[in-house]
Amino acid sequence: MVGTVVATRKDPRLVSSKLLVVRPIDPRGKAEGNYLVAVDTVQAGVGETVLIVSGSSARMAAGLKDCPVDAAIVGVIDSIEMNE
Amino acid sequence: MQIARVIGTVVATQKHRKFEGAKLLLVQPLNLDDTPRGVALLAVDGVGAGVKEKVLIVLEGRAAGEALGKKAAPVDAAVVGIVDRVDVVMA
Amino acid sequence: MQLAKVIGDIVVTRKDEQLTGITLLVVQPLTPEREPAGRPLVAVDAVGAGVGEEVFFVRGKEASFPFYPAEPPVDAGIVGIVDHWDLEQS
Repeated sequence: MVGTVVATRKDPRLVSSKLLVVRPIDPRGKAEGNYLVAVDTVQAGVGETVLIVSGSSARMAAGLKDCPVDAAIVGVIDSIEMNE
Repeated sequence: MQIARVIGTVVATQKHRKFEGAKLLLVQPLNLDDTPRGVALLAVDGVGAGVKEKVLIVLEGRAAGEALGKKAAPVDAAVVGIVDRVDVVMA
Repeated sequence: MQLAKVIGDIVVTRKDEQLTGITLLVVQPLTPEREPAGRPLVAVDAVGAGVGEEVFFVRGKEASFPFYPAEPPVDAGIVGIVDHWDLEQS
């Protein structure tokens, strides 16, 4: 999670949504791919590692049914353990 | 969703009926430092955006159809917000 | 959606049943400056486009929507013929 987006004029179904800028990372924390803007459904904060769901599945997140949304934050990650 | 800039408008008389009444915008996706990212694409306008405005786009069919207000529309991109400000801490 | 130019016809006799009667065209995606953007691809036609015309096409499952209730297995479809586009002066 690297930032926030402020958009006053937007689709009415996004009015109460918090929009955050996220950058996907690999399991070791290295940035991977490009950023995207996701709707926050779990009160994430800047700097936290989060779980995002993108594509049509994003609308399965709480409160996003039938919203024009293609990415959502659905969890804040406490820790990742890799066994290799 | 991604951030993009509206760079133009497209006029198409002959189009699928679900596009009737829709405004078609040419949008250039942006990196967080505002440099262009990839090729400009067409998005339907769901919020009354204008040329040069920085906008939020969805790039997925159902989401774009929701923005257009039509079910089962053959669309894959839509403008869903006009960006006032982006605050990024570690871009 | 993306801008493209129709650059060819393609004839496919043996194909998925649900593609019967559907026109397939070869399109070259374009930048707004009319430069090629990536490789040409095959798209189904939902608007009666012809070779040489500038069009826009949709990617993904949505390309099949104009043929509803049929659900042809397609991933790109022409959904509009472009009269013209205007770019901001930069």
